[in-house]
Amino acid sequence: MTQSLQAVIVGAGPAGIRAAQTLVAHGLRPIVIDESARWGGQIYRQAPHNFTRSSKQLYGFDAPKADAVLSAMDALLSKVDYRPNTLVWNAEGGQLDVLFEGSTSVIDYTDLIVATGATDRILPFKGWTLPGVFSMGGAQVALKFQGCAIGQKIVFAGTGPLLYLVAYQYAKAGANVVAVIDSSHFSQQVKAVPALLNQAMVFAKGVYSLAWLKAHGIAIHHGATPIEVKGAQSVEKLIWRNTQGEHQIDCDAVATGYGLRSESQLADILGCKFVFSNAENSWIPEKDLSGRSTLQHVYLAGDGAGIQGADAAEWAGELAGLALIEDRQLKQHAKHSTRSHALAGYLQKRMAFGQGLNMAFQDPPNWARQTTDDTVICRCEEITAGDIRQTAQSTGAQDLNRLKAMCRVGMGRCQGRMCGPAAAELLADCTQQSIVKVGRLRGQAPIKPIPFLQNPTVKTMSCDAKEDE
Amino acid sequence: MSQHTAKTHNGQLVRLVELNRKSIQIFINGEATEALEGDTLLTAVLTHQKAIRQAEFSHSDRAGFCLMGACQDCWVATEDGTRLRSCSTLVQANMRLVTPKAKP
Repeated sequence: MTQSLQAVIVGAGPAGIRAAQTLVAHGLRPIVIDESARWGGQIYRQAPHNFTRSSKQLYGFDAPKADAVLSAMDALLSKVDYRPNTLVWNAEGGQLDVLFEGSTSVIDYTDLIVATGATDRILPFKGWTLPGVFSMGGAQVALKFQGCAIGQKIVFAGTGPLLYLVAYQYAKAGANVVAVIDSSHFSQQVKAVPALLNQAMVFAKGVYSLAWLKAHGIAIHHGATPIEVKGAQSVEKLIWRNTQGEHQIDCDAVATGYGLRSESQLADILGCKFVFSNAENSWIPEKDLSGRSTLQHVYLAGDGAGIQGADAAEWAGELAGLALIEDRQLKQHAKHSTRSHALAGYLQKRMAFGQGLNMAFQDPPNWARQTTDDTVICRCEEITAGDIRQTAQSTGAQDLNRLKAMCRVGMGRCQGRMCGPAAAELLADCTQQSIVKVGRLRGQAPIKPIPFLQNPTVKTMSCDAKEDE
Repeated sequence: MSQHTAKTHNGQLVRLVELNRKSIQIFINGEATEALEGDTLLTAVLTHQKAIRQAEFSHSDRAGFCLMGACQDCWVATEDGTRLRSCSTLVQANMRLVTPKAKP
């Protein structure tokens, strides 16, 4: 069994790394495929080799955790088949199609752990395609990975734990943070405190960031929504609204995001069943507490299958690894199941914290209803809220894929990664359905754009492979 | 060693730290431009100007968005027509990029 078994892990963030470590500890040599040049995922993203900041400077409060995860992978390099800079763009029949340095090849697997992570969840406002508007995570990448600020006068607008953390990191690095605009009300955040205390350390970091920003005189507006960025060629000001009315701030950059959304395209293409998650207010790949998907020998770990954060990703990665070992009956002893139970316990406790976060960080009230017709929703295809409403009305489109077919929202190069959640909210609102009913955008190969291939050895794509354009 | 203070600055991105990296030369629209080793193409371009590409339909300027390879809004062309995702491609000496012309 062991000889014919080939485990593959997709993603080298905290979940993928802990999964790899678990498999190696049980005598396997997994292939670890990662799109980035260096391991760590987004949260523990490493700067290029010639950068010199310490891990304390890069990861702040989380430096010890980052060090532990990054050094765990470092110790695994001779024991796994590590494939950085490699994009999995399709999956079919026990094979992954991957792109590396411009050519594609096929990787066979018998067991697969999908740890594909997350990106920012975006709720667009007018003008968000102007140069100078970046996602919250993108703003963090600019600083962590490139040592740059996204502008000279920066507003952080949206909600979620990253909002205060990134604003704090920027201000501390010497950037000019002119305001933090949080759609949640402070009272909601106070109400969420009991649930948040489930993860006292994580909670404390949030409180610390907020207090630090206030102590340094940075304006923080709760219950406030960004409504328009104005500027001739790039950001010049942000218009925002609260119960007192409309206000404006001069700025040359805006970072925005409303929590995170799972990168679930690979799970989708594999054929995993999806389930609606109230916590994320969206469809996510279904898994049991150990990370087993609805497909045999396919496991899901980390934020790619529901947002739980980096600590939970480490537990889920290890747990998925242990589940794989158990399912293949490679080694089973009492210690193994004790560890599995402990990890499952941590994850359940983390769920209560997640509910607290959802209470603390809420979307702008009636975001869909308040969004004007001329607001671009899909930045690839430049489809506006008005286009979506008109299409829904004139074609009777009730679900997202139908809407996409009719007006191209979510059909561009990003495959709805940026506009999907917003398009779902708008369609639900204008057809008076629940967000559950409008469904989710189907993933399609290639998962991300790949070049026209000159490589003669490339495997022929099956004839039903869907074309995006 | 390069001097990258936030002097009058036409770029979108501002260098804050990690300034003591080796300076390399690239070409943006034929003009010799300074970048630092370890810069992504996006950083190399956006520390000098506001935009990196134009949208296909409206031709409005774009400067990327997610910086983590998801939004696909930062693709840039080289003079030989190769297209590169600028947020996830590191700069190399003498690269020749084509971007929207800087506006006055």
